[in-house]
Amino acid sequence: MSRRHLAILTATVLAAASLTACGSGDEPGGDSKTLTYWASNQGASLEADKEILQPELDKFEQQTGIKVNVEVVPWSDLLNRLLAAATTGQGPDVVNIGNTWSASLQATGALVEFDDATLDKVGGKSRFVPAALAAAGAPDKPPAAVPLYSLAYALYYNKKSFADAGVTAPPTTWEELVVAGKKLTGDGKWGLAVEGANPSENAHHAFTFGQQYGGDWFDTAGKPSFDTPQNVAAVKRYIDLMAADKIVNPSNAEYAQNQSVSDFANGKAAMLLWQAAGANLQSQNMAADAYGVAPVPFLASPPADGKQVNSMVAGINIAVFKHTKNLDGALEFVKFMTSDTEQVTLNKTYGSLPAVSTVAADAGFAADEQKILAQTLSTSAAPLPQVPEESTFETLVGTAIKELFADAASGRPVTEDSVREKLTRAQQQMR
Amino acid sequence: MATTTTPATTTDGAKGAGQPARPPGRRPRRSLLPYLLLAPAVVLELAIHVIPMLVGAWMSLLELTQFHVRDWSSAPFVGLDNYRVVLDVDSAAGAELLRSFRVTVVYTVLSVGLSWVLGTTAAVLLQRPFRGRAVLRALFLTPYALPVYTAVITWTFLFQRDTGLVNHVLVDQLNLLDDRPFWLIGDNSFVALLIVSIWRTWPFAFLCIMAGLQNIPDELYEAAAMDGAGFWRRLRAVTLPMLRPVNLVLLLVLFLWTFNDFNTPYVLFGGTAPAEADLISLHIYRSSFQTWDFGTGSAMSVALLLFLLLVTAGYLLLTN
Repeated sequence: MSRRHLAILTATVLAAASLTACGSGDEPGGDSKTLTYWASNQGASLEADKEILQPELDKFEQQTGIKVNVEVVPWSDLLNRLLAAATTGQGPDVVNIGNTWSASLQATGALVEFDDATLDKVGGKSRFVPAALAAAGAPDKPPAAVPLYSLAYALYYNKKSFADAGVTAPPTTWEELVVAGKKLTGDGKWGLAVEGANPSENAHHAFTFGQQYGGDWFDTAGKPSFDTPQNVAAVKRYIDLMAADKIVNPSNAEYAQNQSVSDFANGKAAMLLWQAAGANLQSQNMAADAYGVAPVPFLASPPADGKQVNSMVAGINIAVFKHTKNLDGALEFVKFMTSDTEQVTLNKTYGSLPAVSTVAADAGFAADEQKILAQTLSTSAAPLPQVPEESTFETLVGTAIKELFADAASGRPVTEDSVREKLTRAQQQMR
Repeated sequence: MATTTTPATTTDGAKGAGQPARPPGRRPRRSLLPYLLLAPAVVLELAIHVIPMLVGAWMSLLELTQFHVRDWSSAPFVGLDNYRVVLDVDSAAGAELLRSFRVTVVYTVLSVGLSWVLGTTAAVLLQRPFRGRAVLRALFLTPYALPVYTAVITWTFLFQRDTGLVNHVLVDQLNLLDDRPFWLIGDNSFVALLIVSIWRTWPFAFLCIMAGLQNIPDELYEAAAMDGAGFWRRLRAVTLPMLRPVNLVLLLVLFLWTFNDFNTPYVLFGGTAPAEADLISLHIYRSSFQTWDFGTGSAMSVALLLFLLLVTAGYLLLTN
């Protein structure tokens, strides 16, 4: 072959390859023998999650012959990745989603609807804890997912720090928490650790405080109502833990990668507000008997319209993308993950609660931590608004609170006016 | 000296007398070759730049929210409404965009200016051979050779308030400050961003100017020296004028790269930067992805594209 022929051939191959590259993509796991699963980060690390999940996925493959390729996606990327998958129709077959995003993702129309017939394929509607299933989509529509892990916020406290500071019992009100926090703050240690630069964490606390102050983030018509006096008071109460009460290390304004959990595990902070932190704390070498768990405090004197709510109905849902080419296999996998055996195995490992009522009484969920979480979920938790704009609410309000923490940390005054201004600006960015 | 010349072969295939004539049928294949060689680049350019740009312009005319991302054809056509929103400085979105634009302009001017000064200084000082020059050149180019994510993540650790090396040196070692300042939130976040940007950018300026200096004939410096010109005079009268063609391109490229810089703020601050360091590329990302409003985000992108085109055209006209 002459040099010119070789050049023509090379150019043709390159041109063909570049054209082919335009058409190829991350196809969904299409055939009947494989599935692609995006799991959320529930354990101490992405690797730890993979090690926890892989034996269960192998079990599923043995039972059904379907191989599941799992990717554990960090929370910071998950929503964007889901949105990209919804937009392009490319990506996974089955995904974990934060339950608060359910209505937002449902609005894209990319997720399989779990109507009664579909629910029957995964074990039936009656299997699932009703409150958890209610947090799987807009109230007037079939759920866009089914619950997988149930969670709630609790107050974690360091028993030794409490004893050393003469605090005899965990606080039940915010006023008590501030008093205890001041006793616990000093010598490089702080009363409470918060995740000040994490918009989602901030938004969750904004919701709970808002409920206690009688505020709602969306009105009855589903329109945003961020800057009501109740919500302003609620957010200010949360920020004041750092700004006014000074029981939170100003450095927490930089925290967005679970550093607050590490600070608590390492004894740098004596209290932490978190969802099922036990397994994570123990993986960071904090002994199980070194910390106690109590319900999140309430206001000592709540306003007349304040609600007795101290947590959101938190949790992880499992959903199926409509673009899957293996719908039966995907639903089979959802059924497997929500089966009694897997619910006990996985929730016990993660310290969360089962999303199905059939195994709620299992001995694996009888520890103090799980009892507190279960009690909170059954008596004093409320779901975040299941409206399409929920994820935007988390981003905008969470970011506004991040900026307020930054102001507090930098020594700038945090006033009702400054809180209102941030919330108003956040609301104006909603469409 | 006697020279011989041979007739030049013309591009249309005129042949020497001794060459056999090509069969007419082979000509088209020969003329196809340049196009085939160009094809991959053209296809990739279309796929990576032109088509996404046109799609982005189309998106800016739609109300493309989460309700329609799966099926764009269902997104309502809103004409220029998205532009009205983002360019109305009285609206929240417009005011935020304007603030972000101002931050980006100041950031770009300072980053490009200081990077150029540093790069020029280092290149001029390393122009003459001396022992260790190669080591210094390699050292100076290191930030440019490092993967951007790795480098900026390292800076993120350095800038941590409690555990970062920057505060450890400033506060604990040198006792220059009483209190540990924040670098990644508040006013200092702009300074932190600028430091990282200059650290990443100046080696490229150094590299380009170093290459430009190699083309300045030594005779010019020798002549200037004979005329009694000192270092500064030689710099102003010889070096900088001779570097003008290099600098014209270098400054334009640095301006465009820095103005559009996404990686540095994204890795340094995460998805949401402090207001003081809210560069426009990250602002557009937040407007698009985090609020799921791709129509407005695209309108911002198109407005930014037009601005950059305008600046580039103006620059080229002025400097031509």
